[in-house]
Amino acid sequence: MSKKGFSLTSISHKYIMAAAGAFLMLFLVSHLATNLLLLAGDGGAQFDKAVEFLLTNPAIKIMEYVLFAGFIIHIIIGVVIQLHNSSSRPVGYKVALKSEASAFSRFMIHSGIIIFIFLLIHLYHFFFVKLGFFPLYAGAETGHDFYPMVAYTFKNPVYSIIYILSFIFLGFHLKHAFQSAFQSFGLNHDKYTPAIKVVGTIYAVLIAVGFSIIPLYFLFLYN
Amino acid sequence: MEFKLKIWRQKNASAKGKFEDYTLKDVSPEMSFLQMLDYLNQQIIESDGEPVHFEHDCREGICGSCGLYINGRPHGPLTHTTTCELHMREFKDNTTIVIEPWRSKAFPVIKDLVVDRSAFEKVIRAGGFVNANTGSTQDANNIPINKKISDRAFDAAVCIGCGACVAACKNSSAMLFVSAKVSQFAMLPQGKVEAKERVENMVTKMDEVGFGFCSNTYACEYDCPKGISVEFIAKMNREFFSSKVCKSKK
Amino acid sequence: MIKLDSKIPKGPLAGKWSNYKSSLRLVSPANKKKLDIIIVGTGLSGASSASALGELGYNVKVFCFQDSPRRAHSVAAQGGINAAKNYKNDGDSVYRLFHDMIKGGDFRAREANVYRAAEVSNYVIDHFTALGVPFARDYGGMLDTRSFGGVQVSRTFYAKGQTGQQCLLGTYSSLSRQIAKGTVTMYERRDMLDLVIIDGKARGIITRNLLTGEIERHSAHAVVLATGGYGTVFYLSTLALGSNASAAWAAHRKGALFANPSFIQIHPTSIPVLNDYQSKLTLMSESLRNDGRVWVPKEKDEKRHPNQIPEAERDYYLERRYPAFGNLVPRDVASRAAKERCDAGYGVGDTGLSVYLDFKDAIEKQGKKAIEDKYGNLFEMYLKITGINPYEEPMRIYPAGHYTMGGLWVDYNLMTTIPGLYSVGESNFSDHGANRLGASSLMQCSGDGYFILPYTISDYLSDEIRTPRINTDHEEFDKAEKAAKEKIDRLMAINGKQTVTSFHKRLGKILWDHCGMVRSEEGLKKGIEMIDQLEEEFWKEVKVPATAGEYNQELEKAIRVADFFEVGRLMCQDALDRNESCGAHFREEFQTEQGEAKRNDAEFAHVSAYEYQGNRQREILHKEPLVFENVELKERSYK
Repeated sequence: MSKKGFSLTSISHKYIMAAAGAFLMLFLVSHLATNLLLLAGDGGAQFDKAVEFLLTNPAIKIMEYVLFAGFIIHIIIGVVIQLHNSSSRPVGYKVALKSEASAFSRFMIHSGIIIFIFLLIHLYHFFFVKLGFFPLYAGAETGHDFYPMVAYTFKNPVYSIIYILSFIFLGFHLKHAFQSAFQSFGLNHDKYTPAIKVVGTIYAVLIAVGFSIIPLYFLFLYN
Repeated sequence: MEFKLKIWRQKNASAKGKFEDYTLKDVSPEMSFLQMLDYLNQQIIESDGEPVHFEHDCREGICGSCGLYINGRPHGPLTHTTTCELHMREFKDNTTIVIEPWRSKAFPVIKDLVVDRSAFEKVIRAGGFVNANTGSTQDANNIPINKKISDRAFDAAVCIGCGACVAACKNSSAMLFVSAKVSQFAMLPQGKVEAKERVENMVTKMDEVGFGFCSNTYACEYDCPKGISVEFIAKMNREFFSSKVCKSKK
Repeated sequence: MIKLDSKIPKGPLAGKWSNYKSSLRLVSPANKKKLDIIIVGTGLSGASSASALGELGYNVKVFCFQDSPRRAHSVAAQGGINAAKNYKNDGDSVYRLFHDMIKGGDFRAREANVYRAAEVSNYVIDHFTALGVPFARDYGGMLDTRSFGGVQVSRTFYAKGQTGQQCLLGTYSSLSRQIAKGTVTMYERRDMLDLVIIDGKARGIITRNLLTGEIERHSAHAVVLATGGYGTVFYLSTLALGSNASAAWAAHRKGALFANPSFIQIHPTSIPVLNDYQSKLTLMSESLRNDGRVWVPKEKDEKRHPNQIPEAERDYYLERRYPAFGNLVPRDVASRAAKERCDAGYGVGDTGLSVYLDFKDAIEKQGKKAIEDKYGNLFEMYLKITGINPYEEPMRIYPAGHYTMGGLWVDYNLMTTIPGLYSVGESNFSDHGANRLGASSLMQCSGDGYFILPYTISDYLSDEIRTPRINTDHEEFDKAEKAAKEKIDRLMAINGKQTVTSFHKRLGKILWDHCGMVRSEEGLKKGIEMIDQLEEEFWKEVKVPATAGEYNQELEKAIRVADFFEVGRLMCQDALDRNESCGAHFREEFQTEQGEAKRNDAEFAHVSAYEYQGNRQREILHKEPLVFENVELKERSYK
């Protein structure tokens, strides 16, 4: 029934958005697990091992491209939806909507943009350095020697604050995103949805807190 | 009671509208919101003005004609209440009430607070029915339907087509309206027969007539005067997925 | 001189319709496409007619004044829809439903029509179920029924308190399907202003496009009016504010006889008038009387809160007066009993014009949950409107104008006295006699539209297959359009000081006081005089703002109210002419010693059909005698 040429229905957009989002949420878990090894207090030994594994395993290599695709699709579809939706109400209300939609759900594009900016900084620091676009940090022997890089950057309080703030926004983003993905997939059930919402909130908090611990550790405990 | 009213006035669809201020005295808390507007109009007419146009008919919350955006909420501050069921006792004396029409690309303003909701008609005509001819049917009790399922279908079927879901949605999405109809029929054996075609046709039409995309904010459910659940949106997503993925090409 | 011919087929009652149906002429599929049918109104009867005729292949044009056909006031019917399915094995049958309706209507309806309505009721339930109407079911998955409004069997199918909504939306969906198929063309936001008759046959209508003010012409081979009742003549009624009599009245002016105009049902359980600005009375479904008990205090001017009044000081007057039926007596009886108590000074509330409807006992016996399941939405509605929680204290109710049994006179084919003009649903007079039984309006409307009209109109149209499409340039269209425009111009030119609504309110008050639940010769004569005066004042003093060439809600109202004066006058006239009490028509002069209605079958077992003679002219009364061959005329006793 869809029109000729490349055109997606509104629900297809939802599905793609949710699928990419769900994939990114899984990625965040593995990313966090790896990063938490930084806190092992062993000068980065275990962390380096994990990095080593990630760098050499061919499956991970492939996943890297999938990850990029996931990000790009999520971002592009997100922007497309946003543009479409803002054109769906050409004349706005004088009194802003007071409908009890959670602020998290209303400001997804905004938190999304903040996360996107952070992502660029993040890429600048790690990925482009790895690729050799930017000079190595002090103490690092190769572009893959992340531990000293992490230690160096997090010692900078400005960067750490930006980092933590970004993850708070990511938490907001995820708070809505987790259960929203279930809803988009059509998984809404009076028995399970309340639990899904709770799990989503816990997930969002764990991700935000989990990632934020790392700069705090380097800022205050590491020397 | 006394109120300051800020009301959107627009002569016709092509005119440029603006807010007008009115002061209304001697409002009784027993008045319904629409009676309050009747009262205002009476005064406007008696002083040679043009009365505020708004839609209304049954005035008991079932026809779906009325729909005003009052102080930032479709149908005003009470949940599960249409504008006609809202009473002035819900408002604080000596306050300002801002009254706007539904705002959406798919619901253009016709005059003052009246909008054109024919986009809903188009969506229903795309598939919001069971293809059963008069006289072609069997005895009503030949197909038993589980009570819970039947009751659930009823919960979806109580939609009055007022458009508050679209007005409440930051994206002007009509997913709650469409999903209620899709779900009602998809749950009942009579409607299941053509469920796949129905959901595709209705969703395609919904997109075509200019509604926005759903982003699961659930404001629609919150402001639906009949309390229709967003579970039906999930149901429609599911129906849509199975129609897209599982339907054979033939 | 018009001669009334009801065209009731010969033969035994039970076989009349099926035999007649098979003798009716048909139109071939190829010819149906060439025949146009106009349907005015999209309630249950209009939308069902339109979809059934569309399915058959006729070229149908449908009109409604709302923005969508789904808003028609059938949507507000609450209690249910009757059918003689006998699913409960409680002894129901087509005959019993027929008998209940004839008796409920106080023997003032045609046997053959009523029997047919009962007969097709079963198909209606089957069809609605097939359309996906979610009627209530029991745990085995079968359709549930309940007992409703003064009958002893459980034959009322329902969907919570929103049966009308669900039936209408089902019908609306079948109408939408035909619109999508192109067999039906939908014209929303149109008011019918006049009927066009060419060579004695109904051939078209004049409408006003409510958004642009444009006067339009539409032609067809036959016209069907499904325009509902005229209960808004009372201003305060349970009807939608837009409901009106103008389309039916236009037909009446053009020669369609109007039958039994004084038969107006006053519904006993409406939320009472709460303030002077009230624009509408909200119905609380009659089904509430299944579990609620009606009472007033035994003492006059009781000031205590109802919960403080002990059991012994309560007068459950319906149970007292009518021990056999108790709170379930028919509507007319319940309404008058409430009025009697209030007039005698026992009424409650600030105005003294209401009685209690109490659920305390039911909640104690069945639990709050059971009551909530049955009436949850009604209780919620009551709470919203009055701010009082009926789970905790009794509701206050009072009768309100509700349903008009009277309407355009139609024969067995549902055709009016104008050839080619049909009337279905509440707008005709046919099936309810002097009082309608609960849950039979949805039944009649859908039966008319889905299962009766399609047969009878085909018979008429089989003679029209050689008639080419009617040209709207015909001089009769010119004339009708001119007259419609003149009337609008006249209204716009008055430019007086008073609003249309203020006149409507005053008219409603006159009719409520003089032609309401209880009528008298003196009162009716006075009522007519007052209407005459008010009408004169209206045409001098009314103010219609803005212009006719735009969306103008005041003008819409003015056109309708202008017709209501004439409707009101005819109501009073009919009530005067009928020197008896029957059903909803209660004349003070004609009552038994116990204050019950006293029928006069010798002189008034007939339908009164009026022929228009010009405004303010005494209309000519035609009588269609009612012959009862299958039921015995008895005093209607609910004691």
